[in-house]
Amino acid sequence: MSAGSDQQSIRCMVAKVGLDGHDRGAHVIARAFRDAGFEVIYSGLHKGPEEIVQAAVQEDVDVLGISILSGAHDTLVPKIMDGLEEYGAKEDTLVLVGGVIPEEDRQPLRDDGVAAIFGPGTSIEETIEFVRENAPER
Amino acid sequence: MSSDEELLEALLAGEHRALARVISKIENRSPGYRDLVSEIYAHTGGADVIGITGSPGAGKSTLVDKLAETYRDRGETVGVIAIDPSSPFTGGAVLGDRIRMASTVGDMDVFVRSMSARGTLGGLSTATADAVKAMDAFGKDKIIIETVGAGQNEIDIVRTADTVAVLVPPGSGDDIQTLKAGILEIADVFVVNKADRPGSDRTVQELRDMIQLGDGGGGMSGGDGHHSQEVIDAHDDWDGEVADVEETAGWTTPIVETVATKGEGVDDLISEFANHRTYLVDSGEHAEQVRGRYAEEIRTLLREDVHALLEDRLAERGGIDDLAESVRQGETDPYSIAGELLDPVEDCLDELETEDA
Repeated sequence: MSAGSDQQSIRCMVAKVGLDGHDRGAHVIARAFRDAGFEVIYSGLHKGPEEIVQAAVQEDVDVLGISILSGAHDTLVPKIMDGLEEYGAKEDTLVLVGGVIPEEDRQPLRDDGVAAIFGPGTSIEETIEFVRENAPER
Repeated sequence: MSSDEELLEALLAGEHRALARVISKIENRSPGYRDLVSEIYAHTGGADVIGITGSPGAGKSTLVDKLAETYRDRGETVGVIAIDPSSPFTGGAVLGDRIRMASTVGDMDVFVRSMSARGTLGGLSTATADAVKAMDAFGKDKIIIETVGAGQNEIDIVRTADTVAVLVPPGSGDDIQTLKAGILEIADVFVVNKADRPGSDRTVQELRDMIQLGDGGGGMSGGDGHHSQEVIDAHDDWDGEVADVEETAGWTTPIVETVATKGEGVDDLISEFANHRTYLVDSGEHAEQVRGRYAEEIRTLLREDVHALLEDRLAERGGIDDLAESVRQGETDPYSIAGELLDPVEDCLDELETEDA
């Protein structure tokens, strides 16, 4: 309608999943996304995969950023991806993983539908740029 | 999900993703969202809408969480719209209310949606009202709108609810003073949350004094209804004689004490919501309330539409920046510019009137 499409805003969820209490990185990202003009929904700590899926579906986020530093990415991330698929949300949600992910684990995550993996040392600008360029057009 | 018709069908069929997508369309003012909302109207009317407001840190999200849990225990489905402010500079926002809504996690029959202002002029109250309609059509029994009660915009939002609860934290005597002309006036129910903290008795007393004085606005004066008696009875320092002076049928704002973190007082609060609902319907106030709300919605839509029409005119005239610059240069003034921009619209309307006559 005439009101224009300038009211679109990129919606992101920053999620901490599993038994992993390290959320400094997630906070920094949430804040940086906010300052980039995104709407950020922060999940809080110690969430189960199904909670993340529920929130991502209800909030209809464009981007789901999962922060994992516990090493359980190879079990938790696939559960989230399956959950998103169940609700028909997998193909148009940009899923990012941040944290300490060993090189050999990265390809399986990508095969599962993770769009990008950001390890230690990634600049915030790079992440924001990636989201801006790849956030799904709806 | 391609077409809006399919989307509407999926929403009515109870697909969560469809509801989520419809609310996004409403928020984004996506093409076709108006037709969608028009269609949705036919399927609404079943839900009770409750607004929860109060200063930051008052415990709104925690209370909403417990309310949702209790309603679910009673077999009712719940929708929550949690509104957080957005940055006036970047438009970005951190929407954090979900964090405190953990009791109902894993239960898809509690649908929590976070929204932010996105710097729109009065647009959020319209978007909120439309999102409420979407949840209503989806079949939610109770819809809770949660928002910080700061400023007129927020008050407009919470007014899209049938019943408004204002949270007042204990020990905020001075806050009550400052808030008096604001959100306290719109309360249908007062909630003194964190009632296990020191100072809560005093806060309850201050609120009660205010209600008795009829100080807080039109809705609070009038006699004592039976609704608040239980709550009042709970306090030994209450002087019952005052209540007997008037027996008029107005709604007296009850005060409910809660400890949201422990779930205390939530049942009382829920029965006060139900009492208020009954009062609204019985007194005929509900019809009036709904009428007023729709009138405001129509006005807002018209304002937005006219504004959008004029955006094009503005562009033709060289854009708002150039016009503003010419005012700065002293060549003209805002009133003249607005008048010139509106002239053709007025001419058109005049012509219409002549044709009609």
